[in-house]
Amino acid sequence: MSFEIEKIAQLARIKLSEEETQKLGSDLNAILQYIEQLGRIPTDGVEPTSHVFNLENVFRKDEVKPVNVRDKALEHAPLRESFFFKVPKVVDKES
Amino acid sequence: MTDDLYKLTLTEAVRFAGENSAAPLLDALRDRVAAVNPKINAILRFDPKRVIQADPRETVSTGLNGVPVAIKDNICIDGVETTCASKILKGHIPPYHAAVIQKILASGGTLFGQCNMDEFAFGSSSETSAYGLVRNPWNTECVPGGSSGGSAAAVASDMAFAALGSDTGGSIRQPAAFCGVVGLKPTYGRVSRYGLIAFGSSFDQIGPLTKNVEDAALLMNVIAGHDPMDSTSVNVPVPDYVKGLKRDVKGLRIGLPEEFFIEGLDGEIEKSVRQAAETLKRLGAEIKTIQLPHTPQSVAVYYIVAVAEASSNLGRFDGVRYGFRADTRDLKDMYLQTREQGFGAEAKRRILLGTFVLSSGYYDAYYLKGQKVRTLIRHDFAKAFEEVDLILSPTAPTAAFKIGEKTDPLSMYLSDIFTIPANLAGVPAISLPCGVTSEGLPIGLQLMGRHFEEETLLRAAYTFEKEIQLKQKPQVVSAG
Repeated sequence: MSFEIEKIAQLARIKLSEEETQKLGSDLNAILQYIEQLGRIPTDGVEPTSHVFNLENVFRKDEVKPVNVRDKALEHAPLRESFFFKVPKVVDKES
Repeated sequence: MTDDLYKLTLTEAVRFAGENSAAPLLDALRDRVAAVNPKINAILRFDPKRVIQADPRETVSTGLNGVPVAIKDNICIDGVETTCASKILKGHIPPYHAAVIQKILASGGTLFGQCNMDEFAFGSSSETSAYGLVRNPWNTECVPGGSSGGSAAAVASDMAFAALGSDTGGSIRQPAAFCGVVGLKPTYGRVSRYGLIAFGSSFDQIGPLTKNVEDAALLMNVIAGHDPMDSTSVNVPVPDYVKGLKRDVKGLRIGLPEEFFIEGLDGEIEKSVRQAAETLKRLGAEIKTIQLPHTPQSVAVYYIVAVAEASSNLGRFDGVRYGFRADTRDLKDMYLQTREQGFGAEAKRRILLGTFVLSSGYYDAYYLKGQKVRTLIRHDFAKAFEEVDLILSPTAPTAAFKIGEKTDPLSMYLSDIFTIPANLAGVPAISLPCGVTSEGLPIGLQLMGRHFEEETLLRAAYTFEKEIQLKQKPQVVSAG
């Protein structure tokens, strides 16, 4: 298995320089080769672990409580307008 | 005497503040940080003029008497910049306190220093911080370990009475070992993760880094317990860990896992750790060899499952809401460039690996396989804990390595081979000093226990610590 770094970087939404693509690509191939040792471990019938205590359906009461985080969170937003985080245009006029 | 106040342990500082006041302690730490931090870079942010304490309208117990605890930079403090030592969170000011911060303040504790770390806790050397690497107080040419290297180095060099760190694959215990302090990773679910900026959500735990075992017990009394805001925190009663400290290991069954005493383990470390087992035996513990057969696979499992969780958790850092944003005209470019410029190399490496193992076509072969082998590792521990009450091992295969020595990521990952298994199984584990190498670097002893049996870990650690009475101090401390 080899690591298709350009494709994965697109999925992860990280732009990489030429140099990084080379370096990280070769690192990741080596790591991948290392983790492939797990293929040799028989796991037929073994349940996967997503949580060590297998807790299920942890509920708490659906109660309304006052919180004031909205204004505080927006205060340090990179860019805001009224109660919103502002981002660059999503759809270009020409397209 | 007042000149030396920074040397106090947390327990001593709390007693001092109760009899006098916390003010002289705060002054002593301020001077100490000013003198020592430029050499170590353990404290990222430190505002001597601004001591954070509980809201006076809230009911506060006087337990900690105003004594400050230093905090790793991935634990949210309301109104104070918290960055995970990453450029991407520069300027991020959380709008709320983490549960552990609320608990420290509600116990009468205070805060004024935030500790440096590996970026997003990705690392074992604290070299990946976007704000400069941390140096080991025992030898400033060496790393302090990581990722809670700032917390460990701050405690070791008396810039903090105690600190909080977080441990996903060894990030409390390995730096504790490298810096000669005590570090406890609690059982997964013992301490609330609410307000801990997530790395590997099924592994992360917050825990204390302290000058001795008693202080670790004291801090656990403050931070442990169920929290409705963290649905993975577990609702089981919390004992009084300080009251549980006794010098008694009689009849305690302690296992040495064969798979931990392997090639690659430094000879001096092996000798020191085996000697520690002999000491515990002399004090009445029963020592036997046990097996944890899947130990050799633990690093591989961890670097699938933890990075998968990390890539998902770090998806939110895209320039929209927090900290840094690259200036672009297009939204997609904003994501791509914010993440390019905001993340360091190790963060990118782990995000990419995590994205890969979760991607369509590879999920079963990597992520699901990793989760299944994780089950086998949990079973290994469950079986071992039928035979023994505690598992004893080295915390790390070597003492602190040199800054810049480990350039290959895989060799860095493999340095966590002895700490990762406890995170995979969710069991509690402690590292405490058990000796010093011929090069003058501390050696860490690791004890692992059954789920929620921190009390047993602390009692054995306390007994051992009192018995051997290590006297060596780090260079920067002896130099004053």
